[in-house]
Amino acid sequence: MEMNGGSVVAMIGKDCVAIASDLRLGSQAVGLASNFEKVFPVNDKLFIGLSGLATDTYTLRESLRFRVNMYRMKEEREITPETFTHLVSSTLYEKRFGPYFIEPVVAGLPDATPLNPNPKPFISTMDTIGCITTPKDFAVAGTATDKLYGVAEGLWEPDLEPEDLFETISQTILNAMDRDALSGWGAVVHVISKDKVVTRYLRGRMD
Amino acid sequence: MSSTNNTGFDFSNHARNQFLGERLGSALPKATSTGTTIVGVKFGGGTTGEPEGVCLGADTRATGGPIVADKNCEKIHYIANHIRCCGAGTAADTEFVTNLISSNMELHALSSGRKPQVVTAMTMLKQYLYRYQGHVGAYLVIGGVDETGAHLFTVHAHGSTDKLPYVTMGSGSMAAMAVFESGYKENLTRQQAIDLVSRAIRSGIFNDLGSGSNVDVCVITKDQTEMLRNYEMPNERGSKTREYKFRRGTTAFTKEDIKSLIFKEEVKILPPSLDANTAMDVA
Repeated sequence: MEMNGGSVVAMIGKDCVAIASDLRLGSQAVGLASNFEKVFPVNDKLFIGLSGLATDTYTLRESLRFRVNMYRMKEEREITPETFTHLVSSTLYEKRFGPYFIEPVVAGLPDATPLNPNPKPFISTMDTIGCITTPKDFAVAGTATDKLYGVAEGLWEPDLEPEDLFETISQTILNAMDRDALSGWGAVVHVISKDKVVTRYLRGRMD
Repeated sequence: MSSTNNTGFDFSNHARNQFLGERLGSALPKATSTGTTIVGVKFGGGTTGEPEGVCLGADTRATGGPIVADKNCEKIHYIANHIRCCGAGTAADTEFVTNLISSNMELHALSSGRKPQVVTAMTMLKQYLYRYQGHVGAYLVIGGVDETGAHLFTVHAHGSTDKLPYVTMGSGSMAAMAVFESGYKENLTRQQAIDLVSRAIRSGIFNDLGSGSNVDVCVITKDQTEMLRNYEMPNERGSKTREYKFRRGTTAFTKEDIKSLIFKEEVKILPPSLDANTAMDVA
């Protein structure tokens, strides 16, 4: 975790979710890159943030891409956020005694199905060995975890519209990052709503 | 990428992690643990006329080091309709171990054609945990009612088990046991058992730092299993008195991508008077 640095946060809004990450890749105190995104799309309305050891960010992304593609071909439908969370969880727990150093954050808007006509926005986090938590408000991970918890606990409120959720999640990650030496160098925010996904690259401190 | 038919744990990252651990010292991340209060009591039977049963209880705090990772998690896990299991210790281990045993109990019930016994679940758990010599950090309280009566056990991560009329486990076990030792009687009524259990959990919530938030209770008798989720909520958060919204446009951004998920499809109906050869035959 402290090797490469980086943080991810996700929040629930009114019929929308947002997920954000910083853009720093470091080697302990040395900054290496300011374009290292830690949030990846799984499908149109489902994203995963993989903060932690950078090599595992890529390893897990590829391994999950493979598994989601297999799921899509076998089931002939998109994976739901909840199922995907369990897929990630099992992938991590398989390596219980030699874990990936990744704390994933999942954020998604489930599609309506006959069984679940009014789905709610979904977020979840796991620890490095796949213990799932599914909060109703926000989820955080990475080197700025402590600070993110503090800021998010203060700023988050229920039923934020997509535009308001963008401001809340952006201010949360920006201000938490500024108090974390290992996170920063810009940030990216994805706001997922029913009809569109808005991705914005934030202007942040570059020190 | 490991083969998909592999079973059991994969140690392929172990050597790398060992090396990383030496380089980074103690900076390696800690797993979520349930610094917990979990309890169980047997009740009824004897001359009370009450049906025999088991009452399980748990708090709802999950911690990662000194941080509260989840304020309202579920620690009473499903094993079978008439068997439940409270988990303390490494959260992922309690979750996966109870899921595994729950599946195996269902398969066992299907192949034997009988309702599985509580001792069966307990034995499967202890044999699994003993095999991993305590490295699978699940500390459990398992209770249920089967054909042979009401049963209550504790299972430690190393594989040892106890069979007692009242049990506690987790970091709040001392606080909860203090309540049990002063308040337990034989052949409690159902309501007395629930009250004693929730008092024991409350004692853990307020006196143990690793436990907190709400009280979950589960009552199992021969005829039914009742999961009383958030039976008591002594730590509800007050609502905010003001809004903390930012004015739209507060955050400066350098680049914006909008991906529209609306697929536009236009259907054009051509006038019939056009070239008759190219017009589609819709008759």
